[in-house]
Amino acid sequence: MAPTSKLSLGIKKASRSHAYHRRGLWAIKAKHGGAFPKAEKPAAVADAKFYPADDVKPRKPSTRKPKPTKLRSSITPGTVLILLAGRFMGKRVVFLKQLKSGLLLVTGPFKINGVPIRRVNQTYVIATSTKVDTSCVNVEKFDDSYFARDKKKKAKKTEGELFETEKEATKDLPVFKKDDQKAVDAELIKAIEAVPDLKSYLGARFSLRDGDKPHEMVF
Amino acid sequence: MVKGRTGQRVRLYVRGTILGYKRSKSNQYETTSLVQIEGVNTKEDVAWYAGKRLAYIYKAKTKSSETRYRCIWGKVTRPHGNSGVVRAKFKSNLPPESMGCKVRVFMYPSSI
Repeated sequence: MAPTSKLSLGIKKASRSHAYHRRGLWAIKAKHGGAFPKAEKPAAVADAKFYPADDVKPRKPSTRKPKPTKLRSSITPGTVLILLAGRFMGKRVVFLKQLKSGLLLVTGPFKINGVPIRRVNQTYVIATSTKVDTSCVNVEKFDDSYFARDKKKKAKKTEGELFETEKEATKDLPVFKKDDQKAVDAELIKAIEAVPDLKSYLGARFSLRDGDKPHEMVF
Repeated sequence: MVKGRTGQRVRLYVRGTILGYKRSKSNQYETTSLVQIEGVNTKEDVAWYAGKRLAYIYKAKTKSSETRYRCIWGKVTRPHGNSGVVRAKFKSNLPPESMGCKVRVFMYPSSI
């Protein structure tokens, strides 16, 4: 609707009846059988029983989804990695795949250097340019839940038992894990033995020597 | 040093020396220490070490957690000057006794 032009403050150019006609309310009324349609009043809101003392906005849960960890371009399945920290520091291991949590799945192989199928963080690893053929190894079944810790079941103790020392939870590896290790390593070791010196390379540990400068080394 | 580590000892850290605190002629700023890393002689070489973790290891008279050795962790932050000296920040400021002492520069967090 065009703004009404004013002659002066409070005095419109169009007369009352002229403005009525121009606004077209008569057409709307005719459409709805003589009366201007009234909007339905929304149902009266019942008085809240509880009014919080402060006007606090309810917190919205975060919709942020973390991105999957980016795998370094130097790390591909079969790459030999050097572990930089932890129980197996200095060991050279074979990379198998990246798990959903972002951690890397590696194996010694166990027979060669004593490193079992293990998870390792990318930042604690140096990727070398040596590669092993892992096409014949099946690592589909390994995921983060495979490495989850067993939840201890708390048995209710009677008074007498409370003073006995807790029975040592068996720390032996379950047999299926040992079998998984053998299955993965069997094919890998064949591929490794095909390459001259690779087996002893993987068996040896990496160490810095006098005069070594890591920033100048090519791995 | 680590309990139960028999067999081959491997060194996966670079040796460094703690030179002192970041300072001007008559003021020192103890929150940042200066470290000289072995074999690093230029500002460009330091780029590889940026962010790497450092550990200042020292011995104490009493045992805590079964060992007399104690450690203050830190990080390489940036180069200091043109000749390979490095600035480092530690979880708690290094004690003045550490000046001239060895520090371990680890190769992690690695980006190779």
